[in-house]
Amino acid sequence: MTRKQRRLSLIAVAGVVLACATALVLYALKGEVSFFLDPSQIVTNRPAPDQRIRLGGLVETGSVKRDQGETIEFRVTDGEQEVAVTFTGILPDLFREGQGIVAEGYVNPQGVFVADQVLAKHDENYMPKEVADSLKKQGHWKDEYQNGS
Amino acid sequence: MPYENSMIIELGHYALILALVVSALQSVLPVWGALKHDTRLTATAPTLAYLSFALVLLAFLALTHAYITSDFSVFNVFENSHTDKPLIYKISGVWGNHEGSILLWVLILVLFGALVAAFGKNLPAELKATTLGTQGWVSFAFLLFVVTASNPFLRLEQPPVQGQDLNPMLQDIGLAIHPPLLYIGYVGFSIVFSFASAALLLGRLDAAWARWVRPWVLASWIFLTLGIAMGSYWAYYELGWGGWWFWDPVENASFMPWLTGTALMHSALVMEKRDSLKVWTVFLAIVTFSLSLLGTFLVRSGVLTSVHAFAVDPARGIFILTILIIFICGSLALFAMRAPLLRKGGIFAPISREGALVMNNLFLTTATAAVFFGTLYPLILEAATGDKISVGAPFFNLTFAPIMVPVLIMMPFGQLLAWKRGDLWGVTQRLTGAFVLTLLSAIALGWWMGGNHIFAVIGFGFALWAIFGSLWEIWDRVQLKKVGPVRAWKRFWGLPKTVWSTALGHLGIGLTALGIVTTSVYETETVLVMKPGETRQIGEYDVTYKGNRDHEGPNYVERVAYFDLKQDNKFLHEMAPTKRVYNASGRPMSETSIVSFGFSQVYFAVGDETEDGGIVTRIYHKPLILLIWIGCLVMSLGGFIGMIDRRLRVGAPKPAQKQRKKQQQGAAA
Repeated sequence: MTRKQRRLSLIAVAGVVLACATALVLYALKGEVSFFLDPSQIVTNRPAPDQRIRLGGLVETGSVKRDQGETIEFRVTDGEQEVAVTFTGILPDLFREGQGIVAEGYVNPQGVFVADQVLAKHDENYMPKEVADSLKKQGHWKDEYQNGS
Repeated sequence: MPYENSMIIELGHYALILALVVSALQSVLPVWGALKHDTRLTATAPTLAYLSFALVLLAFLALTHAYITSDFSVFNVFENSHTDKPLIYKISGVWGNHEGSILLWVLILVLFGALVAAFGKNLPAELKATTLGTQGWVSFAFLLFVVTASNPFLRLEQPPVQGQDLNPMLQDIGLAIHPPLLYIGYVGFSIVFSFASAALLLGRLDAAWARWVRPWVLASWIFLTLGIAMGSYWAYYELGWGGWWFWDPVENASFMPWLTGTALMHSALVMEKRDSLKVWTVFLAIVTFSLSLLGTFLVRSGVLTSVHAFAVDPARGIFILTILIIFICGSLALFAMRAPLLRKGGIFAPISREGALVMNNLFLTTATAAVFFGTLYPLILEAATGDKISVGAPFFNLTFAPIMVPVLIMMPFGQLLAWKRGDLWGVTQRLTGAFVLTLLSAIALGWWMGGNHIFAVIGFGFALWAIFGSLWEIWDRVQLKKVGPVRAWKRFWGLPKTVWSTALGHLGIGLTALGIVTTSVYETETVLVMKPGETRQIGEYDVTYKGNRDHEGPNYVERVAYFDLKQDNKFLHEMAPTKRVYNASGRPMSETSIVSFGFSQVYFAVGDETEDGGIVTRIYHKPLILLIWIGCLVMSLGGFIGMIDRRLRVGAPKPAQKQRKKQQQGAAA
């Protein structure tokens, strides 16, 4: 084999591998991607039951209902609309009413969001008011210290 | 003032600014000297490299001192520390925040510069000077970032009495050592990048270059492997979801340089042995470090929200992005200009060791491209259309796994093929034994695990093929049947280090794959509410909830739930998962409880208590999961053996030096 033939055969193999990989990626993008929606978007335009959704919003105060069992119900709100969510399992440590969360799962035909995973923000900073004020005075205040932001 | 040695912080700050000046000199003088063939200028490179290391180390120690002494007049310490924190987490708090972690990044960067200066005694003077010069550019850029945009030495005028404590999630031994390991890997590739740029600048690239670079590639790769494995194990036991890899963008950020670094490690081998694939190897060196920079950008800029994104400050993001663009575009432009001038290397047939390594590179870079696309596509889409999508584990499992399967299949063949022109049929015949063994064990393992999972058996087949195939070369070379056990034992220990290195590296991949397949298919998850005194059967185990007790830790209070784990009425282990609340921040945090049986694990996590005194409990059974991380350790061991072998050869003059020294000492005595 000459250098040229060798190079051509290598390019052919590389082309086939890349084509297969591209096909895989495109196929996976069609089916395996979840959309991030807020409650208003879900209420006004309900997604198909097989479409994976990431729902983001605040846990509505007073909505968390835990029965004797391991399933928990609550509502997620964006201030305008709210969506009922059910989740079976252990909630993240930072989950509480009024807290921003992201739930992953599907909207069932009854319009209830069935979450298989709930994420609460890791990076919440709690800060006593006095300290916050002193920080503001000294010019080190950053907006993300806002509680629950 | 309660802080006696408060000058130390200003000293550290000053050292950092001096280091910036020194790295500016380091980026100009040696390169200028190399281009003008001025030996006085090239000779400054090692001194400047040592000096910048010493200065950054001083700065780092100053910050560490502030953490240990809880000097809350330093803003960074105030934000991330607390007097009640155990000492180890006071120290690890230094890099448990944005500013400190970038300082650690820079420290490792200049450390590598100093190591090249120290160990590169037999490098050609101009290559060494240009390499350290390029390293100087990188240090300069990042020191400028630290000094102007990410200064850890800022003071508060009125120091608070108490700090705000480190994020409880980061107060863990795994996270104390994960960042340094990962950074040594990430940043280690900067040296390889500098070597590549230097070779392009000087227009000289030969097999010797690959021989000098390989130990650095291997060292970085080993640390990156260990760092990723550590991070994965941490996520597994700390986050309480039982998952060990989430295809989170932050994980991908470290995984992409690992993939290209693995490709680089293999192509550098071809270059060293056969003087071939030179342009490609240099390209990979540039790409690998570019991906490391991209990883730093993704993780530290706040583009992604995760436990790693400490602060969201757009100015910093733009600064890192600028550094990223300058270095990637600059090096690629240099590559485009200089690469065509490089001499072509040796020829090889498609079926040969070189051919197999080219395939390895092809598949690894394709896999990198798939991960790259999946990681960045959501960011690009959101910037372009405003649509927020998330590309999660299903996407990566569907794209990454099929690309890696051919790699597993080809690995044992590549090991046995001859350089230049190989005999595929001959190799296949030699591997027949390994193939039969794989087939039988895959079926046996599938039968033993139960449940008729045909896909699991196929998955076992791929993993076991990698395991037996990689060990087959050793079996093949020892010739036990022909020469008898005594001589076979001798041959076993006398095998070349490269054989061991490759076999262990590939064995590690196989073990990790076996762990992944087994856990993914056979793991069980049970979520239930347990009341005190209640016993429930979970799979093959009986679990009794005995109740809970409160306990006080050094800087938290916790409620420990106690469970008895039994099998066939035999007591196995007491599980004690907890829920903690950290005193300083008031933040809650759960700790899991895990017990190993062989390579398998049983994993307990608890959640909230229900009104009637029950507790939400999550129980996993994870068969063979430990193999995932053991595989990584075995891989790293393979890399280590490869590295010490190189060292011996690179340092050919070194034993002679030692000998001379000994003689001199002998004469003196």
